[in-house]
Amino acid sequence: MERILLVDDEKEFIEPLAERMRNRGMNVSTSTCAKEAIKKVQQETYDAIILDLRMPEMDGIEALSVLKEKNPDLQVILLTGHATVEQGVQAMKLGAMDFLEKPIDIKVLSEKIKKAKAEKMILVEKRSEEKIKKIMIEKGW
Amino acid sequence: MAFTFKDKVSLTFWDHQEISSGPYRSRYNLRSLWKQTVMISILIVLIPLIGLTCFDYTITEEAYESEIMLRTSRFVSNIRRTIAFFLSERSFALNFIIQDNTYEELSEAKRLSYILNNLKQSLGGFTDLGVIDQTGKQHTYVGPYAFKDLYYKDAAWFKQVVHQGNYISDVFKGYRNAPHLVVAIKKELPNGGFFILRSSLDNERFNEMLSHLEISGLGDAFLVNEEGILQTPSRLFGDVLQLMPLPVPKPSVNTEVLEMKNAKTGNSLFVGYTYISDTPYILMVVMNKQEALKPWHTTRIKLISVLIATVIIILLVILIMVTYLVNNIFLADRKRAEILHHVEYSNKMASIGRMAAGVAHEINNPLAIINEKAGLIMDLFTYRDEYTKDGKLLELIKSIISSVERCAVITKRLLSFARNIDVSVFQPIRLKEFVFEVLGFLGKEAEYRSIQIDVSVAEDIDEFLSDKGKLQQIFLNLFNNSMAALYDGGRLEINAVKKNKETILITIADSGCGISEKDLKRIFEPFFTTKRNKGGTGLGLSITYNLVQELGGNISVESKVDEGTRFSILLPYKLKNGS
Repeated sequence: MERILLVDDEKEFIEPLAERMRNRGMNVSTSTCAKEAIKKVQQETYDAIILDLRMPEMDGIEALSVLKEKNPDLQVILLTGHATVEQGVQAMKLGAMDFLEKPIDIKVLSEKIKKAKAEKMILVEKRSEEKIKKIMIEKGW
Repeated sequence: MAFTFKDKVSLTFWDHQEISSGPYRSRYNLRSLWKQTVMISILIVLIPLIGLTCFDYTITEEAYESEIMLRTSRFVSNIRRTIAFFLSERSFALNFIIQDNTYEELSEAKRLSYILNNLKQSLGGFTDLGVIDQTGKQHTYVGPYAFKDLYYKDAAWFKQVVHQGNYISDVFKGYRNAPHLVVAIKKELPNGGFFILRSSLDNERFNEMLSHLEISGLGDAFLVNEEGILQTPSRLFGDVLQLMPLPVPKPSVNTEVLEMKNAKTGNSLFVGYTYISDTPYILMVVMNKQEALKPWHTTRIKLISVLIATVIIILLVILIMVTYLVNNIFLADRKRAEILHHVEYSNKMASIGRMAAGVAHEINNPLAIINEKAGLIMDLFTYRDEYTKDGKLLELIKSIISSVERCAVITKRLLSFARNIDVSVFQPIRLKEFVFEVLGFLGKEAEYRSIQIDVSVAEDIDEFLSDKGKLQQIFLNLFNNSMAALYDGGRLEINAVKKNKETILITIADSGCGISEKDLKRIFEPFFTTKRNKGGTGLGLSITYNLVQELGGNISVESKVDEGTRFSILLPYKLKNGS
């Protein structure tokens, strides 16, 4: 089961979306503000974070850079109602996994999430492999 | 727009209609500017030229006239000298004879005849010789006539010669009935008496002397006596002894030149005259003024024709120059209006773009909400058994979702339009998709009017680099034009082929109303429109033309009235990797 965090200031948008994703068998948490989302990310681990680009206080790009700083392995998908090429490029540079325009197709989003989880798995595996190697080197007989 | 030299010097601006108002209004009234400049230039150049010519005309006319008078006067003096010499020579000869011979010797007819012969041979001109005694009887006479023993006591000349001592007569006919003149000399005798030697001169020699003179300007030289009777034949006034129609000039010691009118013909004449001293003659030289001034007139005519030619050349040059300048002003002015319009148009497009982006974004969020809510409802239907059987509700929700999708397509398009509007970035373009995207802007119009649209893009055209925003505007303008020209049920064909390695040819052909040949020439001109009443600005195609040029391409048009119009665009075909 994928663990997902949805971040958008628009409650009306985020709740039905969360429910639909739950219906598709995902474990979804929501958050209506970027700061709250950052806290949540520190407390729990998520397979993917869906982040709206335009939010009050802290916008998506800022939140993305903070998140990536704290945990570079995070898989972030950006959502926006106003896609510009520059923002897309900036987001990609900051390490976003993808960039989607609102309104979104649930199928497309689901696929992206699956891909994100797969990638995360690879990363996690890589990390554990590294750890094991490290242990093996350090505590080798 | 290219303007040839011919266009620049023809009155292209003359029929230009002032159509725009506000900032695009021309600042100049070109017609009156043209008229004023032409008038001022003509005045400045021609007034001094013509003034100078008139001044020169009068001055030289006066100079030439006085020159003629001077010449005439010199001429008259010369002839007077000749004639006076001729006469004095003869009277001197007679004087010599009378002094050299006694009365008795001269009374001898044989001796007299011998003397006459000698005179005829040496001097000439003498017709006869006669000796007259103090009673007035000619008792000796030699000559062709039988004048012996004629009495001259009552003749006027006899009285004069008695009184004066010598005498030269007028020309008269006398007894012999032929014009002649008489020279007579008196000699006092020691006994207190006197006798007179008289000779008549034929006037042939006289006439010859005058008629052989070459006088310029068909002039006429002759002698008259104080009564105005011609003493020699005159070319103008008739034969000897006729009355001259001119008034007899006043006595004068010097040679005089006057201007007179011929009473008969009314011509102006130059008359030079002089009184020949010791004779009754007045020498007159008459010249027709017009004839005399003829050489001057011919030079004048030459000068005036040169003047006229110069004036014509000056006028032509002025007209060409002024027209050229005013045309340049006209073109510059129009260029200014065009640029202003272009700037305003771009500004307008940019603000439309910004607004479109704002609207799209604002709509996108609620649209996303509708989408999710409808999606959730559909999810509920799909995952919960109690609703699955209600097909109608499911259909309704699907239709909501597809409507949302349609809205999303529109907002996406608006956003991409706004994105491309003011940045000039060369982006890769897939032509086929691109054409459909632009056609999308036309919306359902084509469908409603059952216009068939065919798009064919050659397979070998890859993604190429071009300015998407500009290309979008170009296509949009052309499609809009075609749609306006098309009748319901018409056909719009969009074709793209690779012309060569570096260019692609895109043709947009409609089966619409077409463009007349006259309008076709001006179709890319700014402010040219046939839809003025329907709100056309006449800028669409002009902007399209400029945009194509900016992309490094070329646009041309062919059209036939009622058959359709075909726009052909050549675009540079640049691939991503720079080839």
